[in-house]
Amino acid sequence: MRDIAIIAFAQSANKRNEQIYNEAEILAPVAREALQKAGLKKEEIDFTCSGSSDYLAGQPFSFVIALNAIGAWPPIQESHVEADAAWALYECWIAMQADESINTSLVYGFGKQSMGSPRDVMNILNDPYVETPLWCDTISMAALQGRALIDAGLATERDFAAVAARNLKHAKSNPKAQCKGDFTVDELLRSPTLASPLRKHDCPPITDGACVVILAAGDTAKKLCKRPAWIRGIDHRIDVQAIGRRDLTRAPSAQIAAEKAGVGAGKVDIAELHALFTPQDIILRKELGLASDCVINPSGGVHQGNPMMGTGLVRFGEVADRIIRGEANRGVAHATQGPCLQQNMVAVLEGK
Amino acid sequence: MSEAQSTEKKPVTYINTPVAVKYDYTAGKATSDFMRAVAQGKILGNRCPQCNRVYVPNFLVCVQCAVPMGEPFEVPDSGIVLTFCIVNIKFYDQVLEVPYVSAYVLLDGTDLPLMHLVQECNVNDVRMGMRVKAVWKEELSPSLESIRYFKPTGEPDAALETFKEYL
Repeated sequence: MRDIAIIAFAQSANKRNEQIYNEAEILAPVAREALQKAGLKKEEIDFTCSGSSDYLAGQPFSFVIALNAIGAWPPIQESHVEADAAWALYECWIAMQADESINTSLVYGFGKQSMGSPRDVMNILNDPYVETPLWCDTISMAALQGRALIDAGLATERDFAAVAARNLKHAKSNPKAQCKGDFTVDELLRSPTLASPLRKHDCPPITDGACVVILAAGDTAKKLCKRPAWIRGIDHRIDVQAIGRRDLTRAPSAQIAAEKAGVGAGKVDIAELHALFTPQDIILRKELGLASDCVINPSGGVHQGNPMMGTGLVRFGEVADRIIRGEANRGVAHATQGPCLQQNMVAVLEGK
Repeated sequence: MSEAQSTEKKPVTYINTPVAVKYDYTAGKATSDFMRAVAQGKILGNRCPQCNRVYVPNFLVCVQCAVPMGEPFEVPDSGIVLTFCIVNIKFYDQVLEVPYVSAYVLLDGTDLPLMHLVQECNVNDVRMGMRVKAVWKEELSPSLESIRYFKPTGEPDAALETFKEYL
């Protein structure tokens, strides 16, 4: 196994509705910033991989248009996943393990949720025979999960609100944050429910944005970065899609991924969780085995901004940034896909 | 197996699940600038400060150098036919009568061809290097349909050497 690290991260400001710039235009300055931070020219990137969704963009092959933003001529070695860009990072990691001529990779993700109705768009990704015709949207599905936790006596609506309050408080120090502020649990609980038991603060915001991570292997990483964020373990697992076949109070795939990634092998200083809805934060902390002294979502997590298809990659970037800056030694990045934490990726990043 | 049973086990070959999702697209900064100009009868391009290529339509980033492009400026609405095809196939919803010519038009002083139509001449007379000029509609809108087509100017053709690098 080669040592591979994140050496640079950049992201756009999270915006509710970016009406001037399109996806490629949002991405272009972010890619330049990441390359500049890494001290690399675009020609020095050996492999590029992106994550995005044509459903979200509402047009086929939308990811090809985004390639214009990173300068794909003369032709580059490139790939794309129709998934969160954390899975694009995973593909880069595999490519770098398999091919020692690949010493640097550029990973990017972008999403412009404001162009459509995300609740409805995500429904098209469900089972076409028995789920899509019901128009069971993401918030309703997450509400079933929240209700399952309450019914099992594992959490209360106050616990959900406490997660939101913590995220929004942390977001105050995040210059890219779309939502932030000081709220008490009582204040939050006074707002109406969107899909019982979930209120607005339990749900992720609708965000337009893009993010870029640069990976480097071994000596290349050491040469380019004073303190690279080494990927010491990474794994992803999947549960069945149909939520009726799962115990919604659990995420077994997250638990296995955390174990394989080696989360429990040492003290975890920080963790960034791709918990789209507050009940998922509670489930994930348990499945990942995170101790009470671990700082969860120092960036404000998903509730400060949710540039869908980049949101998972941002978790990697936020953990890596804090390690690169020397603010943390060991961190956990988590990314998810599918309804109610169906698929989970967990990585352990370390400064040493 | 009885006949009744085998009928029950016929495969379900068709289900009807209507799906419709609405989107409001964002054209983007560069395309918006271009379309606003077209609505005023102008074609915009811009130059890459690194490789010096002039893009039409104007673009935000050079796809080769990945650096921000310069400020957009108006480019001439005349140029040459870089390459073309004669469309002879009828297809659903076709607006034009076949045969007609779809062409890559390289506007003067630019480095990226614009795809458009060439008319007001016999399709067999269209040539690479032929000089053409835009014929605009009376009523302009933010759409490339504001240009009806390009027509031959009758000027001498450009020599192959002058546009070979764009092929």
